[in-house]
Amino acid sequence: MQFMLLFSRQGKLRLQKWYVPLSDKEKKKITRELVQTVLARKPKMCSFLEWRDLKIVYKRYASLYFCCAIEDQDNELITLEIIHRYVELLDKYFGSVCELDIIFNFEKAYFILDEFLLGGEAQETSKKNVLKAIEQADLLQEVCCSLPSS
Amino acid sequence: MSDVVEKTLTALPSLLSLDSQSGAGKLSSTSKLGGLIRSITELTSKHEEEKLINRELAAIKEQVSSPNTSMRQMKEIMVRAIYCEMLGYEASFSYIHAIKLAQQGSAIEKRVGYLAVSLFLNESHDLLLLLVNTVLKDLQSTNLIEVCMALTVVSQLFPKDMIPAILPLVEEKLTNPKEIIRRKAVLALHKFYLIAPNQVQHIHSKFRKALCDKDPGVMTASLHIYLQLIKENPDSYKDLTGSFVAILRQVVGGKLPVDFNYHNVPAPWLQIQLLRILSLLGKDDQSTSELMYEVLDESLRRAEMNHNITYAILYECVKAIYTIYPKSELLEKAAKCIGNFVVSPKINLKYLGLKALTYVVQQDASLALQHQMTIIECLDHSDSIIKRETLEVLFRITNVKNVAVIVEKMLDFLKNVFMEPDILFLLYVGCFPLLSDTYSPNNEWFIQTMNVVFSLGGELMHPDIPNNFLRLLAQGFGSEEEEQQQLRVFAVDSYLTLLESDTAHLPQRFLQVISWALGEFSYLKDGLEPCKVTKLLAKLLDERNVTSESRSWILSAMAKLSAGPGAAALALQVSERYSSSLDTVLRQQALELLHLSQDPELHARVLPHGAAWDSFEVDSSLSFLDSFVSEALSQGAAPYKAPHQRQEELRQEKALSLEPYSISLPVSLSSCSITDRQSPTLLSMSSSLSGNSNELKAGTLKLEGVKRVWGKEGYLHQQDAVEEAAQVEEAATPALPLSPQQGGAESQQTHGDLTVVEQEKQKLASSLFVGLGSQNSTFLMGKSDSTSQQFRRKTRAADSTSSGVSERSSSSSHSSCSDFLHNNLLEDSQNSLNTQKIGVSNGTHEGPVTQSFQTTSKETSPFLDAGMVLVQPCSPQTELRDFVQPGSSGITQTSLRSQFPPELSQLPHSDISLLSSDHSLSLSACRAYRDDALLFVIILSNLKCCGSIFETFSTLIQVASLRGNALENLPAHSMSVCWYALLMEEPHTQVTVAGSVSYRAVPGHTQTLQFTDKLFLTDFIRPLTLSTEEYGKLWLSFSQDVRQNLKLIQGEGDPLRATLSALKEQLQLHIVDIIGSEGIVACRLLPDSPCLLHCRIHGGSLAVWLRSPLLSLPDCLLYYCQKTLEEC
Repeated sequence: MQFMLLFSRQGKLRLQKWYVPLSDKEKKKITRELVQTVLARKPKMCSFLEWRDLKIVYKRYASLYFCCAIEDQDNELITLEIIHRYVELLDKYFGSVCELDIIFNFEKAYFILDEFLLGGEAQETSKKNVLKAIEQADLLQEVCCSLPSS
Repeated sequence: MSDVVEKTLTALPSLLSLDSQSGAGKLSSTSKLGGLIRSITELTSKHEEEKLINRELAAIKEQVSSPNTSMRQMKEIMVRAIYCEMLGYEASFSYIHAIKLAQQGSAIEKRVGYLAVSLFLNESHDLLLLLVNTVLKDLQSTNLIEVCMALTVVSQLFPKDMIPAILPLVEEKLTNPKEIIRRKAVLALHKFYLIAPNQVQHIHSKFRKALCDKDPGVMTASLHIYLQLIKENPDSYKDLTGSFVAILRQVVGGKLPVDFNYHNVPAPWLQIQLLRILSLLGKDDQSTSELMYEVLDESLRRAEMNHNITYAILYECVKAIYTIYPKSELLEKAAKCIGNFVVSPKINLKYLGLKALTYVVQQDASLALQHQMTIIECLDHSDSIIKRETLEVLFRITNVKNVAVIVEKMLDFLKNVFMEPDILFLLYVGCFPLLSDTYSPNNEWFIQTMNVVFSLGGELMHPDIPNNFLRLLAQGFGSEEEEQQQLRVFAVDSYLTLLESDTAHLPQRFLQVISWALGEFSYLKDGLEPCKVTKLLAKLLDERNVTSESRSWILSAMAKLSAGPGAAALALQVSERYSSSLDTVLRQQALELLHLSQDPELHARVLPHGAAWDSFEVDSSLSFLDSFVSEALSQGAAPYKAPHQRQEELRQEKALSLEPYSISLPVSLSSCSITDRQSPTLLSMSSSLSGNSNELKAGTLKLEGVKRVWGKEGYLHQQDAVEEAAQVEEAATPALPLSPQQGGAESQQTHGDLTVVEQEKQKLASSLFVGLGSQNSTFLMGKSDSTSQQFRRKTRAADSTSSGVSERSSSSSHSSCSDFLHNNLLEDSQNSLNTQKIGVSNGTHEGPVTQSFQTTSKETSPFLDAGMVLVQPCSPQTELRDFVQPGSSGITQTSLRSQFPPELSQLPHSDISLLSSDHSLSLSACRAYRDDALLFVIILSNLKCCGSIFETFSTLIQVASLRGNALENLPAHSMSVCWYALLMEEPHTQVTVAGSVSYRAVPGHTQTLQFTDKLFLTDFIRPLTLSTEEYGKLWLSFSQDVRQNLKLIQGEGDPLRATLSALKEQLQLHIVDIIGSEGIVACRLLPDSPCLLHCRIHGGSLAVWLRSPLLSLPDCLLYYCQKTLEEC
């Protein structure tokens, strides 16, 4: 996977993860173009797009678009399921996740993503294991936080 | 390594101290992230947002530089900085602090720090070096979480040069007891491999260890590395094939912990990864491929079609099967799978199906044949992605016969997507010449198509296309001289027509092509006055939107034409106007034109008509200039220096920028070496060259303006030479023939009413898929009203059909022996392209002959078998009427019917038709509709005089289940009836039943009679009686919706009612309720699969939603609904 973008129906970027080195300028350009293209598509249309030399796989959950860029020989359907699994993870973590959860806790969303995908590849596909890893880190966080204050 | 660390350590304090200088900022805990987000959402304009963020960034900047900011506050600030960056505002000042946070913070702050680093920086960022030390420290930490964080960041970005510093530590982690650490370590190594493969070369053995890890997560992670390794060098990993196959087998067999299941599918990611690896390993390698056949088959079988994730696996499987060394059995299954994808109502699957088709059709075009109707529908799909993919499929099946239609479709597509030109667009336009070259049906068509391509392609077109085209025009297709002349004349004709009409919309490139072709070839057309062409060109020249580049092409063309009578006056006019043009090139050409038009002799010498281009001798050493040069030198001119030499000198002299020279001079030199036949001014050109060098040498003011004024002539010539050199290059090869035609002929399909559309599609289908089968002509447009998607590939099938129709009599057709039939049937099932055939074996064989179908055949017993085999389901939709032929007369019908036992005769049944016969036995069949099954009734009649005993024993294989059986003796001239209760397990629009009856008339002499029959989905549909309430419940319990618009029957009374009752009558549906403009209808497919229809009048048509637990049932049913309504 080359990158993953989350953006709202209004075109606001909510999360971006780049797995290929690109300059900020390029990133911005790509984001702008893609958001435009994806938002222009109708709901019944195909979830796959050929864009430049990449394949874009996107899916809309409520008001949020999840959008991944993969290479040509990658499997589109499994990418769609990666998105879905990520949403499942978010859902499990936040408890029926909504866009606001992701806006206000985007760093958490990043942490979960990092446990699930690493360097553009699926790292851990077991839902339980991903959440366990996140919980462990969170737990440590709480301990740390509580120590200075107590 | 220690060096590196030290450097980092020393660098860090100095960098960090930078920010501690500024004054103590105030800590403001009020502006938290939440507040920021909220205030942003309240804003209305982009401008306000900008202001707010800039304020925010200023505040952040102040805070981060304050020495009093605690790490905790820093963490919070970092999150805000990330947010601002995400909104598109730069917060580069915070990068260094992110690194600091990662280094100095406690676990939680570290986490945010690492996150910020991974988001802010990319691999090549300098600051990343500062991270190395932190990572090193954390890798050595005893805290699991810290190690994890370090590995996570390493797997995302790490400076390439620093890998050796941490590699030993990461390697060490491969043996860590915690699987999460092992897994991340493997992924980190994967990353290292990607950015610096050489650095990890020595640890390949450790990868193998990871592959054998007892934790499936670690093993999965190692596959990423292997995929990469095998991609680059499959040969070195062939020995691992067995292991991969074993892993896949275990995964498919559900041996992994349930944790790894995803929607009840065992570890799909792992499966797909393995399939990809296997396909790489098995590519072009038979022995390796053989190892994996079995497991691939298993994967295919296990992946039931029910969820996206299984489709993903299936798709990967199919891809693998087509990549590795082929095995027909698997290919067949894969093809079926692709078929399911293509016809799927889910658009994503359809897309993938089409994509799969694109590479499959190259191996087996027949697959495209099967899905031609779907492909046609996809061509008109509202989603351009689907359309494009469809075109891609079509492009691959291009052949001589269908190229015209396919190109037309592509052009249609291009017209629509013109607004969003992208790479693919270029690609498509780019492939035209290719298409045209290989398959072009005729020259006229080629010219016309190219005209459209040029008009549409516009300025976005790749310059190679016009160049290639002109070369083609000059050289021809390598065909007959005469034909080529025709092509050229045709081109001239069509261009003249274009020029006579409005030229404003024509792209510049097209204008250039036109003017070149006219200039070169208009003399070929008899009776065409050059004057006329010149006039048209002159008109074009004056158009406002014509660029000066095109003008220069036009002027060149005019120069070529200027010799003719009448042209001179015009040339004078034109040259007068352009000799004062601001564009020096145009001015130059205008002057040339003037001279050439006034001096016919010169013109004839410089621009001879129709001369072969290779006959021009090019003196690339420019020896004819020697005297001129030596003369110039003797007069004190500076010797010539190559441009790079000059530049060198100039650089040393620190002169003003001389860009114009560096561009123009090298170009002009190259053009000199080519030497242009059309330039009458070679002398002046070279003089200008030496002039240039002279000036350069003199070290005078080297300003562009000055240069242009003084060296004007030289420049003119040089550029002109370039221009023409380019032309020569394009045309650079010997001239031959040409021919003529008209532009812009794209016929757009007009859509009339529904049936017309349908017919159009038929027509389109036949024109698109022509030439794919072995028998192209037979399956084209056979019946105008049939919706047959099926192609008959074999003529012999048709032969045997006719033989089956023959009246039952002793006149048996001996057309085919049974072996042949067997082959036929087998072949059929392989292609899953069923052709209807009813064959008769003439019974000349001794002993049992139906080995392939019979389950038993006993030599000794007088019992013979009629093996009944259900051949693969047909590709959907074959004409029903086509089959049911009145095989027997009315009298026979009655006499046959009288044979029916009472339980049958009361059931509704179809007409009796002759199945098959030979001189002693005749088989007839009919279908009786029982509520719980379809009864397939076979009537055996003994035609022989001599009494003999017949026994039939039947087996029915696949799909339908056998419910009836018959064993009997059959005296001469009598009949016997046996029947089978059939059910349809999987919906198909139609299935073929094939079987054989073996009998023994004379002891020791076995004869076999083959037969086939077709059964339709409608035969298996029964009404489903439900109350409205039950219907509602059932409706909600299914989720898959299929929607389709159907024709509405217009007549007296309520159209909805009329339509529904027509459907009810024809298809055995049950109308549950009709409320206003909506109606609900239910039916079931035997034995008990319901299908619910929800109909609603929408506009002038009937919108129907179908739901059923069987995915393909709605589609199949819809087909019959459409058919029924069309026939009404």
